[in-house]
Amino acid sequence: MLEIEIDGKKLTVPQGSTVIEAAHSIGTYIPHFCYHKKLSIAANCRMCLVEVEKAPKPLPACATPVTDGMKVHTNSDMARNAQKGVMEFLLINHPLDCPICDQGGECQLQDLAVGYGNSASRYQEEKRVVVGKDMGPLISAAEMTRCIHCTRCVRFTEEIGGFQEIGMANRGEFSEILPFLGKTVNSEISGNVIDLCPVGALTSKPFRYSARPWELSRRKSVSPHDGLGSNLIVQVRTGQVMRVLPLENEAINECWLSDRDRFSYEGLNSEERLRVPMIKHGGVWHETDWQTALEYVVKGLNGVSADHGKDAIGVLASPYSTLEELYLVQKLARAFGVNNIDHRLRRSDFRGDEAQQGVQWLGSTILELVSAKSVLLVGSTQRKEQPLLAARLRQAVKKGTELNVLHYAADELLTRVNAGIVLPPQAWVAALGGVLKAVLGLKEGSTTTLDVSAIDVSEDAARIAASLVNAESAAIVLGNVAQHHPDFSQLLMLAQEIGRLTGARFGLTTEAGNSVGAELAGALPKRGPLGTTVTAGLNAREMLASPRKAYVLLNTEVEFDSYDSQQAVAAMKAAETVIALSAYKGQGLLDYADVLLPIAPFTETAGTFVSMEGRVQSFNGVVRPLGEARPAWKVLRVLGNMLGLSGFAYDSVEEIRGECLKAGTDVSANLSNTLSSMPVDFSVAATAGLIRAGEVPMYHADAICRRSPPLQLTAEAAAPRAYVHGSVLQQLGLEEGAAVVAVQGDSQVTLPVAVDNRLAAGVVRLACAHPTTVALGGLFDRIELKRGA
Amino acid sequence: MAVFVKGVIFDGVDTTQPDCWRLAAYEARGGYQALRSILQAQMPQEDVIAEVKNSGLRGRGGAGFPTGLKWSFMPRSFPGDKYVVCNTDEGEPGTFKDRDILRYNPHALIEGMIIAGYAMGTRVGYNYIHGEIFAEYELFEAALDEARAAGYLGENILGTGFSFDLFAHHGYGAYICGEETALLESLEGKKGQPRFKPPFPASFGLYGKPTTINNTESFASVPFIIRDGAQKFLEAGKPNNGGTKLFSVSGHVNRPGNYEIPLGTPFSALLEMAGGMKDGSRLKAVIPGGSSAPVLPGEVMMDLTMDYDSISKAGSMLGSGAVIVMNDQVCMVKALERLAYFYHEESCGQCTPCREGTGWLYRVIHRIENGQGRPEDLDLLNSVGNNMAGRTICALADAAVFPVRSFTKHFRDEFEYHIEHRKCLVEHKWC
Amino acid sequence: MLTAESLALIDREVAKYPADQARSAVMSALRIALEERRQTGTVPEERCLTTEVIEFVANYLGIPPVAAYEVATFYNMYDMKPVGKYKITVCTNLPCALRGGVDTANYISRKLGIGLGETTPDGKFTLLEGECMGACGDAPVLLLNNHSMCSFMTPEAIDKKLAELE
Ligand SMILES: Cc1cc2nc3c(=O)[nH]c(=O)nc-3n(C[C@H](O)[C@H](O)[C@H](O)COP(=O)(O)O)c2cc1C
Ligand code: SF4
Ligand code: FES
Repeated sequence: MLEIEIDGKKLTVPQGSTVIEAAHSIGTYIPHFCYHKKLSIAANCRMCLVEVEKAPKPLPACATPVTDGMKVHTNSDMARNAQKGVMEFLLINHPLDCPICDQGGECQLQDLAVGYGNSASRYQEEKRVVVGKDMGPLISAAEMTRCIHCTRCVRFTEEIGGFQEIGMANRGEFSEILPFLGKTVNSEISGNVIDLCPVGALTSKPFRYSARPWELSRRKSVSPHDGLGSNLIVQVRTGQVMRVLPLENEAINECWLSDRDRFSYEGLNSEERLRVPMIKHGGVWHETDWQTALEYVVKGLNGVSADHGKDAIGVLASPYSTLEELYLVQKLARAFGVNNIDHRLRRSDFRGDEAQQGVQWLGSTILELVSAKSVLLVGSTQRKEQPLLAARLRQAVKKGTELNVLHYAADELLTRVNAGIVLPPQAWVAALGGVLKAVLGLKEGSTTTLDVSAIDVSEDAARIAASLVNAESAAIVLGNVAQHHPDFSQLLMLAQEIGRLTGARFGLTTEAGNSVGAELAGALPKRGPLGTTVTAGLNAREMLASPRKAYVLLNTEVEFDSYDSQQAVAAMKAAETVIALSAYKGQGLLDYADVLLPIAPFTETAGTFVSMEGRVQSFNGVVRPLGEARPAWKVLRVLGNMLGLSGFAYDSVEEIRGECLKAGTDVSANLSNTLSSMPVDFSVAATAGLIRAGEVPMYHADAICRRSPPLQLTAEAAAPRAYVHGSVLQQLGLEEGAAVVAVQGDSQVTLPVAVDNRLAAGVVRLACAHPTTVALGGLFDRIELKRGA
Repeated sequence: MAVFVKGVIFDGVDTTQPDCWRLAAYEARGGYQALRSILQAQMPQEDVIAEVKNSGLRGRGGAGFPTGLKWSFMPRSFPGDKYVVCNTDEGEPGTFKDRDILRYNPHALIEGMIIAGYAMGTRVGYNYIHGEIFAEYELFEAALDEARAAGYLGENILGTGFSFDLFAHHGYGAYICGEETALLESLEGKKGQPRFKPPFPASFGLYGKPTTINNTESFASVPFIIRDGAQKFLEAGKPNNGGTKLFSVSGHVNRPGNYEIPLGTPFSALLEMAGGMKDGSRLKAVIPGGSSAPVLPGEVMMDLTMDYDSISKAGSMLGSGAVIVMNDQVCMVKALERLAYFYHEESCGQCTPCREGTGWLYRVIHRIENGQGRPEDLDLLNSVGNNMAGRTICALADAAVFPVRSFTKHFRDEFEYHIEHRKCLVEHKWC
Repeated sequence: MLTAESLALIDREVAKYPADQARSAVMSALRIALEERRQTGTVPEERCLTTEVIEFVANYLGIPPVAAYEVATFYNMYDMKPVGKYKITVCTNLPCALRGGVDTANYISRKLGIGLGETTPDGKFTLLEGECMGACGDAPVLLLNNHSMCSFMTPEAIDKKLAELE
């Protein structure tokens, strides 16, 4: 520890601290622009100059290491003089038109200029003008004259984003911040540069000029878009969400947001929002009132149950719904006598349901995961599934974590990969078995009940095993792709075995903001709330494979959210009635539903999300529901009452939450990835033909982001192509860009083919959840490519 | 047109001979004997460094830091990679000595760097060469090939088990890369933007590894020091200012060129060697150490000797030894305007005071020169300068301010005349 | 995009640096790429660096394109704008100016009928003003096509030089 005195205050700080860190630790503010606690130190703005006793010149607090006995003055004549001098330089070429600047009111330069600037400028020469740049649909760089060259944005893309997409070109006064010419900034976390920019140079393109900061109220919320549970500040004006910013939470999202978290809100104001209840009569939609719509629903449910029995009804709920909504929907169904309930719409393997002992989750906290010395990620597109977690793992790798991967593509993770196995999905069980076998070899005296004798251990499997065995802490994580994989339960079983032998924690990076909450709430066919025993019903797959007569859809568009969209749509169309509680009237719903009940998205209702690490985060609505839309919990409450069910007399969402979580009990006691013993089949299915790798595109993952116009303008959201390895393209005798017909069973679509040599041969990477591919079948099923017309 | 008087680096070099740079010619002058003697005697590293220390050699790149002392900062027992780097990014206006070392005696530099590598336990060196001297870069590469072929470079040098290799890196037009940490950044393939120090290159240098950087002339002096002894080198100059030094004399003299003379030689003698004032014109001002050094009036200069201490006492710097001589036909406003333009052009752009200040200074001086000066401008210039100097990552901002301060101080009447009369006090002619 | 010869030259440069530091060769690689374009280009637009070439070089060395672009624009000898067959850069810095640097630039300017920073309409000559080239003793000096230093450029020497350039 070192002793330091700042403005007469004595304190001790750890070795290696800088003066600015020391000052901030006691609440002494030192003005700064380029310094940012999450970025490397540039020391270029010179705003943080302070006086250090015995130093002849003022020193930058951000870059000056504390030495023992150092005496610092942040406010002496020397310091003030230096700071004022720098401020003058910053302003000479800066437009002084704050009233028309988009950053006005939340500009660090503006704030500091008040304290450190002069009233009149001594600079009488012509001011510099810098032409605007195009950084794509999310970030506006139209006013680069405002840039003060702090290089925070440059350092962010390089250090946190993992790839330098923004640079400072030219030299001296002619320096300009820009993306590579003709390219936009494509990082999945690019929007953070907007927050980082201390002036109005980089601003939010969608938000630009739509409101002034002081007109906005700030409300806390939680992101539904992935399993991380990022904390949000939602800024609203006159009942409308105007902007989303990060709420700093070091344990979760730090001070960042993914672009999906940040820009999805634009989908909240979509034209496709469902504003009033609607009923389809003779194929024609009619707007109606709540009473009529709900009566219609009651009649429909009673009718189907009378005609075909309760088992003819299925409930499909999305894990993007709140804990309270999911709890109520399963309660309503079960009270009504329907046991077919599931939220795992994109899953294909339910063999583990019987063996499952608790709520599946990450298996550790996020902080524990990123401080593990070795991590094995199985079946994850990482940067697209969990963009901020991927960024955080990237930082972990810099600090020495070994990142290992099993996937069907050697995707660019923008970080160092210790060992990677790239194989088609059907070979993963054997591949993970190889890791298990290698672990057995490394751990003397260890045994397993699984029969691994016939497995070959590849070099990479051996390296992964060594990495897991040698690390003092390790984790095995199954990503979204693994969770959709037809052998999910087998992969999980193997992760458990490897974890048992190596001491590695194992778990899932859950897909949606409330996937864990959905399990806790009992939106499952074989487990009730908090794991209570229930009469078993059909799972999501079964409900669609053997169609029901009626479906209740909570917050889902099955054509985008299912494992097999073609099958899902067929089931909907065959049903007598489809009742959809939805915030949107998407084309699919309009086609196959019979009644549409407008419900509030997360910004318009109170509720709870439980993140992948089991963190229970409740939030309030930040604006009133749009039009006639109502929070789903209220709709379900009324429906329960109208169906004559007891126990639906709730006054508040807190009541429901309390009932669901048995107020006061420790949620974490319910979290467990452990499966009771299950056999594992290591034989690799014959690989003639191609297998589809049906990924969920980042900006089509949920109903809100699908409808965010700025996100839909990104390169990432472009219409899917069928990606194959170059060798596959050659075998098929096709050329890049050619139109191909992709065939799965009876269904087919035509789209361009493209080469991605990072893919394993034998797979066709073909996204789901996109209008152009909903006619296709299972995400990891056989697929055929033929030359198109 | 280099002219060499008796000295250390150019002793015996006949620059009229096109082959004077070649290995054979160098060896004939006693080249590589210092290296041989060290390697054959397996001279302890600290003894080599002590010898350099004792020679009183001070860095010839501008700052005059004792070379032996700098070498002793290198963590000699550090296990990983370490580097020695030579700074031939000679871009300081008025300086043109290192180019002549490459042209006429590159092996002295190569030998000096190998010895440095030996003394500091490094296996690899780089020479960063100024962008505008491509022919010299190619010639230096040819000299490296000769040295490699002769077994002076590469694995197991002269069969002694010591290995060292040396490569040339060509710059491409950025004065700032002469600053040692900008040079390292550039060598790493980035923009030449100086790094904040600490950490210093001795602990965090090229690729983050311990690194020692010296000027071309500093390295090229080392073989002499080892071969002929520290004492002899020291005695060639004067105490605290050991050795001879190359002075690049430019401007209004009859014979511009490089003069390698003992430190402590009177300026008047140097001026005479350079053929005296051009066409007998009157000496008005001298910048004694490259454009970044404060200008001194001619009459002050005539009383000084050419060494670190004497020039610094007079309020300027010996710097890189670039002596820019100006006669009375030069308008000092015009001269300063050109220098201010240079620093404005060459600021790397990262520090606010330098990026914004160099442009501001230039524009105000430009205005004065063009008859639009205002009475408050001289105070403004000094105030802006005060807000720049000492407040940036590297010394370029200071370098930009020194000329402004010294020109407006020593030749204030010319500036005031300009502002008041909107024209030159002198009948300005560049040459 | 670049010839095999150019790539071989770049490989030679890459070999000077540690195996994981190919980035160090970006300056040489850009220089080599520019030199190829200068020699093969037939009009000014073909003699300078383009974003395509910069991107190619960046990918060849495995560095972000914007990082290569930063380098190409930071160092002023890389031609980022169309340039004549003969690029003449005259040093006008103070030491050279004291010995005719400015006069030389003016002389060439008058002779070619173009101002500083301009290219003759036939695309043959571009005239630029340069900073200190480290050759002040040889003033006036100019740099021809980046790599050839011409010393003592009196009006007669200039006449002779320009006459030589085809
Ligand atoms: C703006 C600036 C430009 C410099 N240019 C050069 C240069 O061209 N050549 C040089 O040797 N040193 C130059 N230096 C000094 C170097 O930073 C460094 O001190 C020197 O190379 C060390 O070598 P020495 O100790 O042998 O002098 C410059 C410094 C600054 C601040
Ligand atoms: S002082 Fe100027 S040249 Fe030096 S680092 Fe700062 S901006 Fe760059
Ligand atoms: S915050 Fe220290 S220099 Fe910018």
